[in-house]
Amino acid sequence: MSEAAIAFSWRRVGAMVLRYWYLLRSSWPRMLELIYWPAVQMLMWGFLQLYIAENASFFARAGGTFIGAILLWDILFRGQLGFSISFLEEMWARNLGNLMMSPLRPAEFVTALMIMSLVRLAIGMVPVTLLAIAFFDFNLYGLGFALAAFFANLILTSWAIGILVSGLVLRNGLGAEGLAWTIMFLFLPLACVYYPVAVLPGWLQFFAWLLPPTYVFEGMRALLIEQVFRTDLMLQALALNALWFAAATLAFVKLLDSARDQGSLMQTGE
Amino acid sequence: MTSSTPAIAVDRLVKRYKGGLAVDGISFALPAGSVTGLLGGNGAGKTTTIAMIMGLVIPTSGTVAVLGADMVRSRHRVLHRMNFESPYVDMPMRLTVAQNLRVFGMLYGVPDVEERIASLARELDLTDFLDRPAGKLSAGQKTRVSLAKSLINRPEVLLLDEPTASLDPDTADWVRGHLERYRRERGATILLASHNMNEVERLCEHVIMMKRGRIEDADSPAHLLARYGRDTLEDVFLDVARGRREAREAAQ
Repeated sequence: MSEAAIAFSWRRVGAMVLRYWYLLRSSWPRMLELIYWPAVQMLMWGFLQLYIAENASFFARAGGTFIGAILLWDILFRGQLGFSISFLEEMWARNLGNLMMSPLRPAEFVTALMIMSLVRLAIGMVPVTLLAIAFFDFNLYGLGFALAAFFANLILTSWAIGILVSGLVLRNGLGAEGLAWTIMFLFLPLACVYYPVAVLPGWLQFFAWLLPPTYVFEGMRALLIEQVFRTDLMLQALALNALWFAAATLAFVKLLDSARDQGSLMQTGE
Repeated sequence: MTSSTPAIAVDRLVKRYKGGLAVDGISFALPAGSVTGLLGGNGAGKTTTIAMIMGLVIPTSGTVAVLGADMVRSRHRVLHRMNFESPYVDMPMRLTVAQNLRVFGMLYGVPDVEERIASLARELDLTDFLDRPAGKLSAGQKTRVSLAKSLINRPEVLLLDEPTASLDPDTADWVRGHLERYRRERGATILLASHNMNEVERLCEHVIMMKRGRIEDADSPAHLLARYGRDTLEDVFLDVARGRREAREAAQ
């Protein structure tokens, strides 16, 4: 028995990435969906920021915070959605049985989903960030190293949530599909995407600081308003992400075991 | 695994769901290279048994080993040496036949995937629709593609769940012929769940008959026919399903 067949295989990861790429390539509505909503949101918030900036001196000084926030929020939201939708494609295609009976290991499946979330994010976000430069003179890439730190922390959170949601869908069937579309909105008020944490009541701030994206959005405001890169916030976010990712992976393994126990891998419908 | 080790060994296997017992303490061992039919009415426990053999469902108790590997704890040691085909598990519809086979070939670690696809396309007469999306094929074409997927890694153990369901007699006969050929050439072990008694009589040298999660009887088709005093396996199936053998034995 070859040990290579048991070990983690990048070829099997490649097979799954290829499978999702074939799917994306074959369907222009899938491609369009990746771009149009981020673009609509960015334009709406961008114009709102222009209007507010013309009428309030603070916002004039804090130029780009809304557009920056919406672009970073989209990394978080679209990262998770890209992960979860690729997983849901298997449920919709009733292909999960074939995959689970193949040598594909859960870690390889999850790795392929993470790669696809990056691919889908790139397809959706790159054109939108270019539009932000053209329309609002906001260059996300001008954030340099800070953008890399923001991106790494946000994508890690999005993967952790994607892994958790996939486990829940695996265990409970497509009845839990709605979570894939809505769970991230729980983060929207708590992670303080558009306003500082200080705005929240004291008791709610405790919960806000448990979320890694809160540190990223605070860090973004510090950078855009005060021109200060808060390394401390990024490191705290990274530590929390490590905890979140480990907890989500553990939950996924437990939910997969539970699905195998309940026989739900054979019935991947509702 | 030694040559005397069964290809599939099931020992006191039990599966209990919240709704009750699906499989109730069954045991059997299939020698390497054998073809066995798993028969039983709806709800007899065939699908759950096959799912446990593949490691998709964890048994409540008992053990399943395939090619010497425990399918609960170490199924990844042997999954690349087995495969499965069922008309009830779809292939991704938007992907073409060739794309589907390429993806599964890579998943199963097939060394030269393109050559294997070309060879399967010739054997299973897929060449004309290799570039067509799987969702746009007829039932017969889909079955051939599904069969190609199940043979992509030249499996030593092949599990088939009603492989000819919903096929016209001509295509069904063609599929059976191909399975017979594959088994002969490769020496593969085949476990076949089916409701088609002609198919079982033609392909299987051993039959396991299940009812309410238990094995009611198991033997070669010829011995079963003799024991039940019947001319067809279908009559034997009905006797088992309706408990006629016990009634006859009680009367005697």
